[in-house]
Amino acid sequence: MSTDVKIPQASTQAHHPDAKDVKLPIYMDNHATTPMDPRVLEEMLPYFMEKFGNAASRNHSFGWTAEEGVETARERIAKLVGATTKEIIFTSGATESDNLAIKGVAEMYREKGNHVITAVTEHKAVLDTCKRLEKYGYRVTYLPVQKDGLIDLDDLKRAMDDKTILVTIMAANNEIGVLQPVEQIGKLCRERGVIFHSDATQAVGKIPVDVNKQNLDLVSISAHKMYGPKGVGALYVRRKNPRVQISAIIDGGGHERGMRSGTLNVPGIVGLGKACALAQEEMPQESCRLAGLRNRLRERITNRLDETYINGSMEHRLPGNLNISFAYVEGESLLMGINDVAVSSGSACTSATLEPSYVLKALGTGDDLAHSSIRFGIGRFNTEAEVDYVADRVIETVERLRELSPLYEMAKEGINLKDVKWAAE
Amino acid sequence: MAYSDKVIDHYNHPRNVGSMDKNSADVGTGLVGAPECGDVMKLQIKVNPATNVIEDAKFKTFGCGSAIASSSLATEWVKGKTIDEALTIKNTEIVKELSLPPVKIHCSVLAEDAIRAAIGDWKKKQETAKPVSAEAR
Repeated sequence: MSTDVKIPQASTQAHHPDAKDVKLPIYMDNHATTPMDPRVLEEMLPYFMEKFGNAASRNHSFGWTAEEGVETARERIAKLVGATTKEIIFTSGATESDNLAIKGVAEMYREKGNHVITAVTEHKAVLDTCKRLEKYGYRVTYLPVQKDGLIDLDDLKRAMDDKTILVTIMAANNEIGVLQPVEQIGKLCRERGVIFHSDATQAVGKIPVDVNKQNLDLVSISAHKMYGPKGVGALYVRRKNPRVQISAIIDGGGHERGMRSGTLNVPGIVGLGKACALAQEEMPQESCRLAGLRNRLRERITNRLDETYINGSMEHRLPGNLNISFAYVEGESLLMGINDVAVSSGSACTSATLEPSYVLKALGTGDDLAHSSIRFGIGRFNTEAEVDYVADRVIETVERLRELSPLYEMAKEGINLKDVKWAAE
Repeated sequence: MAYSDKVIDHYNHPRNVGSMDKNSADVGTGLVGAPECGDVMKLQIKVNPATNVIEDAKFKTFGCGSAIASSSLATEWVKGKTIDEALTIKNTEIVKELSLPPVKIHCSVLAEDAIRAAIGDWKKKQETAKPVSAEAR
């Protein structure tokens, strides 16, 4: 459990991406969470013990030291997204940031209107918050997405009316990595005086996000998706051109300019700041490297296996994301076969609801292929050797499971599975 | 969620994988589930018409590890049983044997359905075979 053992291990791996040996199990589920970068932990450690002060303590050096750490972090985060420090509000994570942004705007602008626009492929943190607003009497439009996962800007234009107060559309999707046309959405919103929030949990630190260039008014940020600690995030809240105001959802000591009360999680915030600084510095090289690894994984798999289907646009996509359906093979059984590799599936069997991924369904992917999908999330600490190992394991497991699959057998016999009358229907 | 050792064993070493000629008179085929639901099981039995004993069983399954294990176990259990004995196999016994969690109970239900469907198919074949032979006389 001691951290001093783990740090050198992780950094060794990070600095030798060409190492031929792979250490099992392999973590390739970096959209769920990321391992912390050792450099982030290093920066955080003093803030647990010697720099333990409350950043809100104004009268002694303990408080000032903690505040200094917080303000450095605020600068780093602001810099990464092109904001000013006063526009960064610390939260417990992106779910809270989404709640604060959406509910905060809804309450603050209630007199102006009651209509909110979002998209069907949003994260539950946004969708369920919007559903809550509907209970309070707000109107919510859930935009469909096209086959590639992107919203149609004409749909958005048509959905906007004089009661629309907020558009909330994610920057990058957590399942399929698809990037929405944030800049164009921002432009449309700005022209119509509608506030634009984006859940950029998967995007910040991975691809450039610029609040001014993209006309963003509110942006949700999470630390643990970019090699920072869990339990901390931020919300960007635009201060001018135009000024955006939000009602608080947590009342208390008036921290964070009254928008989010509660003693600041100083070590976490320091970690988030460091994670942003590292991302800023390394993004150009890292995104190229990850896209290279992702493409290598894709090519290896698709060269060997037929009837694989990529879910979502390959053009507008996070560099480290790959989401593939393997026809005739159920996703959870595939995960079970590659049990020394950590990835995710859109299969119903992996969720409590027994419903396959709503994101894949929204793309028009049939339920059968949704059940057969695997999400690979390649991250900072993955190596080429790991990608090759994962590709080999996936190929051999899919081949084995297809031999076990009655659907594969029927398809090979020339039976159209769509014409079969299934007993369960 | 962790899998039980027995589920893992059946997943890694599925018993009686394969197919038999579904047009053969002594073979009964059960195809249950649907691709949209994430589970399809094909279970086949070969029955001795003189003794009604299931002499062989094969399966192929599209589904999660628990679905594969449930159908693999079902083929083991029906082999050597008479048709009537096989019909007494309950999904709850499969749940118990494989220690399936509540969320996987539907896999055992499907396996029981597959057994019943295979037997039903075989019985239907026997019934349709008889009138034909009667007419021939």
